[in-house]
Amino acid sequence: MHNKTVSELKKYLEEKKISSVELTKHFVDRIKTIDSHLNSFISLTEEYAITQAKKIDLEISKGKIRPLAGIPLAQKDIFCTKGLKTTCGSKMLENFISPYNATVVEKLNDAGMVIIGKTNMDEFAMGSSNETSYFGDVKNPWDTEYVPGGSSGGSAASVAARLIPCSTGTDTGGSIRQPASLTGVCGIKPTYGRVSRYGMIAFASSLDQAGIFTRTAEDCAILLTHISGYDPKDSTSSRKEVPDYEKECKQKFTSMTIGIPVEFLDGLDDTVKEVFEESIKVLEKNGCKFKKISLKSSKLGVSAYQVVAPAECSSNLSRFDGVRFGHRADNTKNIDDLYKKSRSEGFGQEVKRRILIGTYALSAGYYDAYYLKAQKIRKVISNEFAEAFKEVDLILGPTAPDCAFKIGEKSNDPIAMYLSDVFTVSTNLAGLPAMSLPMGFKNHLPLGLQIIGNHFDEAKILSLAHHYQQITDWHTKKPKLSGD
Amino acid sequence: MWESVIGLEIHVQLNTKSKIFSPASTNFGAPQNTQACAIDLGMPGVLPVLNEEAVIMAIKFGIAVGSEILDNSIFARKNYFYPDLPKGYQISQYEIPIVSGGAMEIIINGKSKIINLTRAHLEEDAGKSIHDLYPNESAIDLNRAGTPLIEIVSEPEMENAEEAVQYLKNIHSLVQYLGISDGNMQEGSFRCDANISLKKKGSTKLGTRAEIKNINSFKYVESAINHEIERQAVILDRGDSVVQETRLYDPSKDETRSMRSKVEANDYRYFPDPDLLPVSISQELIEEIKSNMPELPSAKKTRFINQYGLSEYDTIILVSDRELSEYFENILKDSDLNPKMTANWIITEVLALAKKNYLSVKDYPVSSEDLKYLLSNVANETISSKQAKDVFERMWDNKENPRDIIENEGMKQISDVGELNKIVDNIIKNNYKSVEEYQSGKDKLLGFFVGQVMKETQGQGNPKIINQLLKEKLKK
Repeated sequence: MHNKTVSELKKYLEEKKISSVELTKHFVDRIKTIDSHLNSFISLTEEYAITQAKKIDLEISKGKIRPLAGIPLAQKDIFCTKGLKTTCGSKMLENFISPYNATVVEKLNDAGMVIIGKTNMDEFAMGSSNETSYFGDVKNPWDTEYVPGGSSGGSAASVAARLIPCSTGTDTGGSIRQPASLTGVCGIKPTYGRVSRYGMIAFASSLDQAGIFTRTAEDCAILLTHISGYDPKDSTSSRKEVPDYEKECKQKFTSMTIGIPVEFLDGLDDTVKEVFEESIKVLEKNGCKFKKISLKSSKLGVSAYQVVAPAECSSNLSRFDGVRFGHRADNTKNIDDLYKKSRSEGFGQEVKRRILIGTYALSAGYYDAYYLKAQKIRKVISNEFAEAFKEVDLILGPTAPDCAFKIGEKSNDPIAMYLSDVFTVSTNLAGLPAMSLPMGFKNHLPLGLQIIGNHFDEAKILSLAHHYQQITDWHTKKPKLSGD
Repeated sequence: MWESVIGLEIHVQLNTKSKIFSPASTNFGAPQNTQACAIDLGMPGVLPVLNEEAVIMAIKFGIAVGSEILDNSIFARKNYFYPDLPKGYQISQYEIPIVSGGAMEIIINGKSKIINLTRAHLEEDAGKSIHDLYPNESAIDLNRAGTPLIEIVSEPEMENAEEAVQYLKNIHSLVQYLGISDGNMQEGSFRCDANISLKKKGSTKLGTRAEIKNINSFKYVESAINHEIERQAVILDRGDSVVQETRLYDPSKDETRSMRSKVEANDYRYFPDPDLLPVSISQELIEEIKSNMPELPSAKKTRFINQYGLSEYDTIILVSDRELSEYFENILKDSDLNPKMTANWIITEVLALAKKNYLSVKDYPVSSEDLKYLLSNVANETISSKQAKDVFERMWDNKENPRDIIENEGMKQISDVGELNKIVDNIIKNNYKSVEEYQSGKDKLLGFFVGQVMKETQGQGNPKIINQLLKEKLKK
């Protein structure tokens, strides 16, 4: 059952071949037996899930069938879930229970999905390896000595290991696509504003976007339709109408012109390059035209990102002060002492590093040189993409510069770590939608193919991804650890 | 030797139904922390959504003072840690405010002066820290957190406390006219910071300023400014320089004292709030608001002078308070009452009692209807104005109904000349010494005789007739 896709499970449930309770129990059992090797979940919500599943089963028996009735789901622990722990991977929120549901959570609950657990992540989504989580590293299911990527490492690893058919993630600089690439699953980051950010604990508000992990493009499309749309609680969410992505992506594939940024291939790892070029060949044979394009400024993306994201995070994380919720230090002398101790104890090293960088970048006298400059670079990057999309339908490249690295390999070298996002950050800076899907392996570790689209062109991205998965079988490969 | 230069930053709480970025209610006085939702508490994951009502109110203000209304003004985050600031930043407007420029006229001793406005911007209020509830801990009440404010910033164009207070009063009156704030200073709906510096007489170079924070009454503003001017003058006189700093006015000691110096000042690390879009304002919206503007104080003043023939002095008093001017007009509505006499009554009798009890118009125990009834009885000479004053005091103090008093107690003015003649004759007979004095030129004694007759008639004598009779009889 765990090898079935969301689309297949949907049919099983609707045709009453399996009940939601049975399905829930099946995945809970798998998590209980396999996740000790991965640590991809921070909390299991078994009791809650069974109650939900029973409710859904009752509805199904009465003929009321919600669009995703009874399908198990894992929520990244960055989404606020009413009555359930929401830790954001931090000691700061170790015991935090949200009083409300994030819009994404609300929408998927309404669609009938059953939350089975909350997945592990880098602390406050800051990291590219899932090593900054207060709740321990997540391991890559393909080789547990390797990282799964981050920050949505738990969501990616759990889908890769078939512990869950789908999960949610968030992507600020690559936090969905990079772990999807490193664990061999599909992950989509929609256009900024496509999905409400309400209830998603903010890291960098102008870059954060919620998305989905699944094993197939079709499943991504199914879930994306349900989380997208305008939310009156999020002023930055778009009023643009939401298409039926599933229907759109399954329509007959029509020829596309695809851009390959020369900068992405410059100095690229040989194997990654080979695998990538192989996928181009396959697509070329199947109705795609390719064109070399240039995104000169995308190289500046990481630098601009490392100013904008910490700047916003330094402000977003100010609310964690020990006064109203979250960790509060004991035995403090006065309010300043309370702030200092609570924050020193509650935040991990990477979070502190980014708060410091961001505070510095926004300080009087440095604001123009750092924050404003970074915003200008952002504009230039956006303009370059806009130019490119005048000539091509989509842009293609590798998602990450390499396959997964070993746990501990880069944890003491922040710059090397930040460079894992070199191909992903510029799309966040430009607010564009992008997706990663499996395209092959380097040795035994998966590699991801990134498809970048113009604003609100998710349907085009999914259409190409679905087409690719019709003519290749990389997405069907599974790690040994997942069993049969 | 020194000239003072004063600029004011006025914080006005807007009386929107809900908060500026959340649906929580803004009512004052609710039990602590009952009017703060997840957004006001700065819970993880929440987002602000701008309340359009607050935007409309800010635009109204801008139109009223002739400002430019800026399209695409931007909300920024002002970052600092404080327990009653839940998010660790205040959402305010920094580089691009919604209202730019504008002016306010003040009149002092009949002389007009224009005070220019720099800007007015929208922002959210903080919560309140309560330090006297528990012995060793402070408490936080977040009911006020997120209440919409406009901060109105003037140019440093006022020269003394009198001008500053007049300017403040005019803004206070204006926001009430516009219906955008209740202007309640005790409840903190209207408060100001004063920037004060001294410069050499005739010099154009501004001196170092001190900012006095959070003053919440006209009287305190006056004394705070005067004290600060004096303090700075003493420093400059002895050849020292003023330190740029933030000071607090302590009304109990009537002094200002240092809060923090420039060196200790926060670096607020302002940057545009990524959670909010620039505020887009269409020309149509501005036009629509313009066409629905209420009558403003200056227009009402002109109208009162023309329509009712009131003096400028009386008009300014009536018009300075929108509710008072409405109280006045309600009395005149559908009646033949003399506007001048009505204005006099309000200014001398009503305001005297109101001031004594610190009551604002909406809390007056006497309704405009009841006062109208009372004044009509004076006008048709049923009762004397002396009687009317007594009745009015009873109405005010005991909330008695004027009909009950006048009708039930058979209160009537004695206008019978024959009856009054007798009394007047008696008084003259019994006070022959005063009569002599009067006749030898002490005109002022007429009042004494009137008083005596009134006493005799228990205040019911018609003063007009009494005056007439006395004047005639005393001539002889």
